[in-house]
Amino acid sequence: MTLAPERRTISPTAPHRVAPTHASTTPHGINPRLSVTSTTPRPPRPALRKSGRPDPAAHLTPEQIEGIGHELDALRKEVMDSRGARDAAYIRKVIKVQRYLEVGSRAVLLFSNVKVKGVRPAWWLGTAGLSVAKILENMEIGHNVMHGQWDWMRDPKIHSTAWEWDNASPSSQWKHSHNEIHHTFTNVLGRDNDLGYGILRVDEDQRWSLFFLFQPIWHVGNALLFEYSIAAYDLELGGYLAKKNRMSEQEKATFRSNAKEVGAKIRRQATKDYLVHPVLSVPTGSARTTLTANVVANLVRNLWTNTIIICGHFPPGIETFEKTSIEGETRGDWYVRQMLGSGNISGSKAMHVMSGNLSHQIEHHLFPDMPSNRYGEIAPRIRDLMERHDLPYVTGSLGKQAASVYWKVVQLALPNKVDGRRRRDVVRLAAKKAWGKKSLDRF
Amino acid sequence: MHPPAAPSRPRVGAHAPGPLGGVLRGARKVAEALATPLVPSDYLDLIDPLRSGADLRGRIVAVRPETADAVTVVIRPGRGWLGHVPGQYIRIGIDIDGVRYWRAYSLTHRADGTAAAGIPAGCIAITTKAIPDGKVSTHLVREARPGTLVMLDQATGDFTLPSPAPAKVLFLTAGSGITPVMGMLRNSLGELADVAQVHCAPTASDVMFAAELQGYAAGGRLSLTLNLDDEHGILDLARLDSVVPDWRERETWTCGPTGLLDAAEAHWAAAGAADRLHAERFRPTVIEPGEGGEITFLNSDLTVDADGGTPILDAGEEAGVLMPSGCRMGICFGCVVTMRQGAVRDLRTGDITVVEPGDELPVQTCINAVAGSCDIEL
Repeated sequence: MTLAPERRTISPTAPHRVAPTHASTTPHGINPRLSVTSTTPRPPRPALRKSGRPDPAAHLTPEQIEGIGHELDALRKEVMDSRGARDAAYIRKVIKVQRYLEVGSRAVLLFSNVKVKGVRPAWWLGTAGLSVAKILENMEIGHNVMHGQWDWMRDPKIHSTAWEWDNASPSSQWKHSHNEIHHTFTNVLGRDNDLGYGILRVDEDQRWSLFFLFQPIWHVGNALLFEYSIAAYDLELGGYLAKKNRMSEQEKATFRSNAKEVGAKIRRQATKDYLVHPVLSVPTGSARTTLTANVVANLVRNLWTNTIIICGHFPPGIETFEKTSIEGETRGDWYVRQMLGSGNISGSKAMHVMSGNLSHQIEHHLFPDMPSNRYGEIAPRIRDLMERHDLPYVTGSLGKQAASVYWKVVQLALPNKVDGRRRRDVVRLAAKKAWGKKSLDRF
Repeated sequence: MHPPAAPSRPRVGAHAPGPLGGVLRGARKVAEALATPLVPSDYLDLIDPLRSGADLRGRIVAVRPETADAVTVVIRPGRGWLGHVPGQYIRIGIDIDGVRYWRAYSLTHRADGTAAAGIPAGCIAITTKAIPDGKVSTHLVREARPGTLVMLDQATGDFTLPSPAPAKVLFLTAGSGITPVMGMLRNSLGELADVAQVHCAPTASDVMFAAELQGYAAGGRLSLTLNLDDEHGILDLARLDSVVPDWRERETWTCGPTGLLDAAEAHWAAAGAADRLHAERFRPTVIEPGEGGEITFLNSDLTVDADGGTPILDAGEEAGVLMPSGCRMGICFGCVVTMRQGAVRDLRTGDITVVEPGDELPVQTCINAVAGSCDIEL
C-alpha cells in the first residue's frame, strides 16, 4: 500500500538499491503529512465504522481539520522556539539524579543480607532505589532521548542516535518499531502492532481468535516479562516464526543479525544485574539477596512501564482507525488521529516524571520530539482545543485507567456479541476447528 | 557531534605488560560490565569531568576584558590536555541557552605552562572579539562566567613558527587576527632577532593587547606599526614599502579578515614572494542561506541539485544514495545523518539551520531541504 501519492518516479538511470535493514514506511514521494493543506480532496469520514461504532471526528469539516493543523503547528513552533537553558538543565538534572540513585542503591545492596531486628533494611532500600532508577532511566530519560526530544541541545551524549537504554531491547530496534511504526500509524488496525502487541485483543474491531481466549494470562505474563516481550516484539520474532518459510534469504539474514544484537544486549544486561553485582556482594554474604533485589527491581520496572503504557492507547473511549482511513492523510488529519488515539493519566508531578510524562500521552503523540517537561505546560491548551472541536480528551487516574484496560482484556477474550448467535457457540466452533475434538462438546 | 579525531590517550592498562596489565585490563572489564549500557566514564564524569582519560573539557577560570568588545577567556583544561605549539588554535564547545556550539579560537597562553600576561600557570587562554551576529563570540564576551564547563579539542593548526626561527619576521594582522601572533610573541619573541609587526584596527581603543605590544616596541623587541582605519584608511599594502621596506625578505605570517588575506596573497605573489607568506583563515567561506541548491553526499562523492521544496531524503534517494529513512514526516528521527556544513530549511516551519565549516550537526533529512548548499556525510 502506498500512503503517499506517487508524485515522482525513480529515475531509470538510478542504480539498483538494496532495501535498508529497516525499510522505510513510504518508499517514495513527498509525504502529504508534511503539510496541513491538501491539494487532493479527501473523502468525507463515514459517520459509522465497520463495527457500528460512531466516528468521533466525523463532524469535522476539512477546513476545521486544516485549522486544527495550523493551530497545533503554531503551538509546536511556540514551544520549540522557546527551548533553552531551563530545559537543558532539567534533563541533565534528571540524568544526574538517576545515576546517583542507581549507584547509591547498588552500593546499599552490597550489604543487602545484613539483618537488623529480623529485617534486611539494605535490601528494601536498595531494591526500591534501584527500581525507581530503572524506571527513570527507561521512561523519562531513555524513551524521551531516543525520541530525539533532546537532540536540539547538540550534546552527543544525550542524543537519539547515541542513547542505549537499560532494557533488553537494543535501542536501534526499539526506535524503529516505536518511533517509526507506532508513532506514524498510531492505532491504525493492521499497521500499528502496538495495539495489543500481536498477543492481545484490545479493540472490538480486532478480529477474535481462539488464541485470545486466554489473553488475561498473556497479558499478565507480558507485563511481568515486559522488557523481554518488547525485545521480541521489536525483533518481530512473531512475524519471523509465522512467515519464516516465505522469507527471502536476505530477510532471514537481517533477522539473524538483529537476533544476534538482541542476544548480545540481553547477555550484557543479565551479566550486570544477575552476575557481576551479586558477585561483588559476596564479601558481605549478600550475593543471593543482591540477586533477588535485581530480579525484583526488573520486575517492578516491567510492571510499572507496562501499566503506564497500556493506559496510553487501550482504555475505553480511545479510538482505533481503519487502514483505508489514513490514505492521503494530511498533517491535520494525522494530528486528529493522534489526539483521538491516545489517552492521558492524571496525577501528581512525581507521577508524571515516573511515567516519563507518558501520562501526557496525547501531547506526546502530537509532538513526539518535544521535550517531555513541556507536555504538562501545553496540556490545558490541547484539552481546550479538543473541547472546542467536540473531540473527547480521554484522561483518568492511573488506577481507573489501568483497571479499565484489565477489564477490557477480560471482556475481549471473548468474541464480540452478535445478534442471534451465542458467544459460547462461536468459541466452541473455533475450538473444534482448532483441535477437532468431540471432547470439547461439553463447553 | 564528534569533533575531528584528536590524538587519544591510551586507556589505563591498555598496553601495560605483565600481571599488572592483566589486573588493570580485568578491572576495566568488570567496570564496563557494571556500567552497561552506559560506560564507566559516564559515572566518573559526574564526579570529575576534568580527570585524566575523560573527553577533553575545561573550566573557565576568568574572563578578562581586552577592549570594549573583546575578552581573554582563561580556561583550566582537563588533565588530558596535550599542549600546543604557539600559533595553533583549539575548538571550544560551549552551551548557549542549552545548545552546544563549537568554534575555533587561537591560543594566547605560554606553551610551557608558565604564568604570563596574567594567565595563571597551567591554564590555557583564548582571546575573542564579539562580532555582530556572532553567537559564540558575543556569548563569550558578554555572558560567559567563571566556573562554566566547556568542551575542548586538542590544539591543531600549522600557522606556527618553524624551528629554528627565521632571522627576519613580519607579522601582518588585523582585528582579532592578532591572537595567534600574540601566542607566538608571548612564547617565542626571545628567539626572534628581528620582528616587524603591522597591525590594523578601526581605532586605537580597538587594538587588542595594545599595552603589551607597545611595551615590546618600547623595549626594542619589535618594530610596531599600527594602521588605524579611522585615521589612516584601510591599509594599503603599498604602504609596506615605507613602513617595512624589506618586507619581501621577511618570513611573513598574516591573519585577519578575508579582504586582508586575499590582498596580501596577491601582493606577495606579485612580488614573487608567495612562498614566504603564511596565512591563517578562520572563515574560509561564509554560509549564506538561499532557496534550494547543491547537496553534496561526501562519502558517495556525489553532488545533486535540489529545489527548496524537496526533502534532502528524497533528493538523495533519487540520486541513488542509500539514505536511512523512517516516518518521512519528522517524528521518528530514523533518517538523521550528519551535516558537515551548509544550511537547511525545515519544510514544516521554515526555520533555517546553518552549520559553519568545522562545526557539524546531525539533521533530519525527511523534513529539511537544502537552503543554499549542504554537505551530508553519506
